[in-house]
Amino acid sequence: MLDKNGIAKRIAKEVKDGMYVNLGIGIPTLVANFIPEGINVELQSENGILGMGPFPFEGEEDADLINAGKQTVTLLDGASIFDSAMSFGMIRAQKVDLTILGAMEVSETGDIANWKIPGKMVKGMGGAMDLVASAKNIIVAMQHVNKAGESKLLPKCELPLTGIKCVKKIVTELAVLEVLPEGGFKLLERAPGVSVEEIKKATAGKLLIDGEVPEMII
Amino acid sequence: MINKVVANAEEALKGIEDGMTIMMGGFGLCGIPENSITALIKKGTKNLTCISNNAGVDDFGLGLLLQTKQIKKMISSYVGENAEFERQMLSGELEVDLIPQGTLATRCLMAGYGIPFFPTPAGVGTEVANGKQIINWKGRDYLIEEAFEADFAIVKAWKGDTAGNLIFRSTARNFNQPMSMGGKITIAEVEELVPAGQLQPDQIHTPGIYVHRIFQGNNYEKRIEQRTVRKK
Repeated sequence: MLDKNGIAKRIAKEVKDGMYVNLGIGIPTLVANFIPEGINVELQSENGILGMGPFPFEGEEDADLINAGKQTVTLLDGASIFDSAMSFGMIRAQKVDLTILGAMEVSETGDIANWKIPGKMVKGMGGAMDLVASAKNIIVAMQHVNKAGESKLLPKCELPLTGIKCVKKIVTELAVLEVLPEGGFKLLERAPGVSVEEIKKATAGKLLIDGEVPEMII
Repeated sequence: MINKVVANAEEALKGIEDGMTIMMGGFGLCGIPENSITALIKKGTKNLTCISNNAGVDDFGLGLLLQTKQIKKMISSYVGENAEFERQMLSGELEVDLIPQGTLATRCLMAGYGIPFFPTPAGVGTEVANGKQIINWKGRDYLIEEAFEADFAIVKAWKGDTAGNLIFRSTARNFNQPMSMGGKITIAEVEELVPAGQLQPDQIHTPGIYVHRIFQGNNYEKRIEQRTVRKK
């Protein structure tokens, strides 16, 4: 079974040389720590940065330079800054190659719910609806089951949707799964020490298993 | 050159009346028009509809205008950082319209581009689509979203000149740039106001034609919402 850093580490392997990547809040943010050495990737932050760098050194924070999570950040050489409308313009035009975000539920047809729980305080969708509606490739980082032990990989989402038919891949503490265009979660890899049976038990949506399922290498 | 300079925030806010719709620049607390918010509290204008990506925090930014109950409705994409906001929203005192961030930014921009509506895939298949016209174009569904019609836009820029030309600094550009183009009347407060001719024409982010009033701001606090650092 993987911890949060393990999930981030596995997702980092999906990040390839030359990609522009948008990372959501939570586990997706951790992915930045595991991007392989020797490849060139630019992180996009939807408040208007391409080429986002790490947190600033103490005393070097700049109130005018934050990321979409409102954290102080830095810029790497070659970075650029733009306004919010252009930022979502490049997202809508599919210039951003990969979007990694968290979710509360994903359906076997690739629908995603991650912004609202009825009856609880709603903070808003931020940029999530724009990102999932337009991204070329979306990887979801999440726990396989919720705190009540119920599967978050469902035949159909129960929570209000963020977007439809958009998730391509899911990485959880138990497995890597592909969402097939015709529907269903195809089991690609098992987390270290996790059996196919355990993954079956934790998956409420249609799970497709094709032969031997390899253990992931992270 | 046409001179857009007004003496101060009080003068800049002339004509803002109860019930009006106002765009407010900034992302979180980054790049918010601090001087104008203070002046708006002093002015006491009520029942405002605020178009702003966020709603500030309890004791800073738009949170201050919520404390004084001057806002009737917020049109935002993310509003989570404010207890008074939550209280007013749950009690029904405050109307809240949550819309996707890219849609919000583009609705501001389109107001400045003279495009009354535009198609976007954001929100298709979700509750955001409720009551909206949907068009299918080349096999894909899009929601029709309208350009905002705001009585005023209030933005904060880094530098501006007497002709109203604006330059923003770093990520404080955010919603300030599209909003600066989107108000029927745009008010810009700047950290540094210079005579026309001092800014490089090809470095200007918002041309002065969009800006009706500009003033030299002062005492910027520039509060940081999430101070994140690494050790040397």
